[in-house]
Amino acid sequence: MSSREVTILVPFMVIAVCWAMARWETRRFHDASEKSFFERNGRALGLTFIALVGFWVVVLVALPYLYMVVESFHPTLRPTDRGGSNDTLTFAQYKSFAKEPTGNGYNTTHMTALAFSLLASVTVTVINLCICYPLAYYMAQVGTPARIRLITLGLVAPYWVNEILRMFSLRLLLATGGLINSLLIAAGIIESPIDFIGMNVGLYVGLSYAYLLVMIFPLYNALESLDKNQIEAARDLGAPWWRIHKDVVIPYAKPGFASGCTMVFMFSAGALAAPQFLGGPHTLWFTSVIYNFFFQAFNWPRGSAYAFILLAVCIALVMLMLRLFKVSLGETTK
Amino acid sequence: MKSKTFLSAMFGFYIFLFFAYLFAPIIVMAITAFNTPNYPQAYPFEGFTLEWFTKLYNDRAMMEGLQNSFVIGFCVVALTVPIGLAASIVMTQIYRRARGLYYLVTISPLLTPGVIIGISTVIFWKDMLSVNDITKATFYHGMVLATLGQASFISAYCMLIFMARLARFDRAQEEAALDLGASHPQVFWHILLPFMKPALLAAIVIAFLASFENYNTTTFAILADSTLVTVLAGQVRQGTTPALSALGVIIISLSLVGATTYEVLKRREQRQVGQAQQLAKTAERSEVAM
Repeated sequence: MSSREVTILVPFMVIAVCWAMARWETRRFHDASEKSFFERNGRALGLTFIALVGFWVVVLVALPYLYMVVESFHPTLRPTDRGGSNDTLTFAQYKSFAKEPTGNGYNTTHMTALAFSLLASVTVTVINLCICYPLAYYMAQVGTPARIRLITLGLVAPYWVNEILRMFSLRLLLATGGLINSLLIAAGIIESPIDFIGMNVGLYVGLSYAYLLVMIFPLYNALESLDKNQIEAARDLGAPWWRIHKDVVIPYAKPGFASGCTMVFMFSAGALAAPQFLGGPHTLWFTSVIYNFFFQAFNWPRGSAYAFILLAVCIALVMLMLRLFKVSLGETTK
Repeated sequence: MKSKTFLSAMFGFYIFLFFAYLFAPIIVMAITAFNTPNYPQAYPFEGFTLEWFTKLYNDRAMMEGLQNSFVIGFCVVALTVPIGLAASIVMTQIYRRARGLYYLVTISPLLTPGVIIGISTVIFWKDMLSVNDITKATFYHGMVLATLGQASFISAYCMLIFMARLARFDRAQEEAALDLGASHPQVFWHILLPFMKPALLAAIVIAFLASFENYNTTTFAILADSTLVTVLAGQVRQGTTPALSALGVIIISLSLVGATTYEVLKRREQRQVGQAQQLAKTAERSEVAM
């Protein structure tokens, strides 16, 4: 049995273990008032539910992920050699991330690409947090319902246009022949156009713009439930406005901060459109590296390994941050 | 007091900047759609034209992509809404020790980068469908893979929408119907589904839109086929033409029309509910008076 076939069995084994545990438990501590799944839903519906959920969870989610991970432990082969005697498990793809297989030196290109993607994503997260917090606070605590409705509409409206066109429209603003440059030149402020795209300003603006809502709505949700009396009390006791935010509002809304930041960070690190259309010509984004392995080098195992590295590093970083700011994962998903 | 007016002026300025940031690109794009130069240019405005709209209409690749996007969108809705509903019901009933794992697995596609979902979909299904020539010829197409890849994370959106609504469902209704002799499918069709109707509508709209404008997953899973978004991406990469701005203008207008009708319908509904409540109140009062 090949490693790929074994992988396919894994989700089924997990399900079998859970099912056996459930069976054992009901037999051991039988509670007559509790109905079984089929008693509650009826046979036909129960089976339909199980079939639908099973198809999704096992076939659409778990199996492809596991399969991709297994693929990353295989060598790069021609399609005809797949599954042959050379197709053994190997760490070669992961080693290639640290050391170029063809050369002797370290694979600095790809390591820099990953480091840059992560750093830029963190920067974008911080930028979005700073520009979204005042508005989220206003919506949650200060504004009247009518005005909040208007603001929400204003926030959502630009996102009806799809992602690619949004990036395109930002390029119209930021390109060397774009609006900002032509206005600045016409006003006589600068003589030759500024290369915003080459300086990666476009990249940061594009990422920040793309994930504004992902930051603002979790913040708003968290801030909304804060009792106004707490703020009043702090004010009555003579706290200046910045102390109120630092000591009352921000500690309260920490789970919202955590979920907003987690999502913006994960989405930015996995973004493809913004770096492709707004990144500078010398900027290598890690997802673009993966993209190239699939579409230019046709090296799927190496692309899979890189994808897995990206996912693992991102999750590790998010966990570290949550630990650092003392937020539990359960709180963020609320 | 003076610092307070200063603060609120600062805040007003911030709000202005925020929305300028949000809307500037869209407005600029709208202007370029009507300007004559070949390169999308907002300033200087050289002359009004509708040429880019006709050019857009005659763009074969774009129209084909649009058609594919619709087909994939409908398939994704047909797949994800039932899955999401079933998954949310299972969430409330699943064996409690497995619930944490189940939640983690169902929610994971939302946090996984779309690129990775696309890649894993292609790698997995390529091998699965290569078992014989017939399955490969019938199913190994970009349209099928894109639908499956998108469904894997859009189902999670739907599930979350249904879970929010299901949390407010009173199980006593279900018990009562069963005690009165209704069968399980009857309870499902006549009690649960009507209760879930608002969530169903929301899920359908969100699933379709999420599918329609997905790029990260689709660009991998679509293989040799195309959707509107992948065609657009190709064109933006090659260079820029005002026809793209024209498309943006069309999308914005359609959304505006949609949003306005939604708002009007909602207001009317609210007014009707309000009137009904008013009527009930006066009726009650007159009854008490009698």
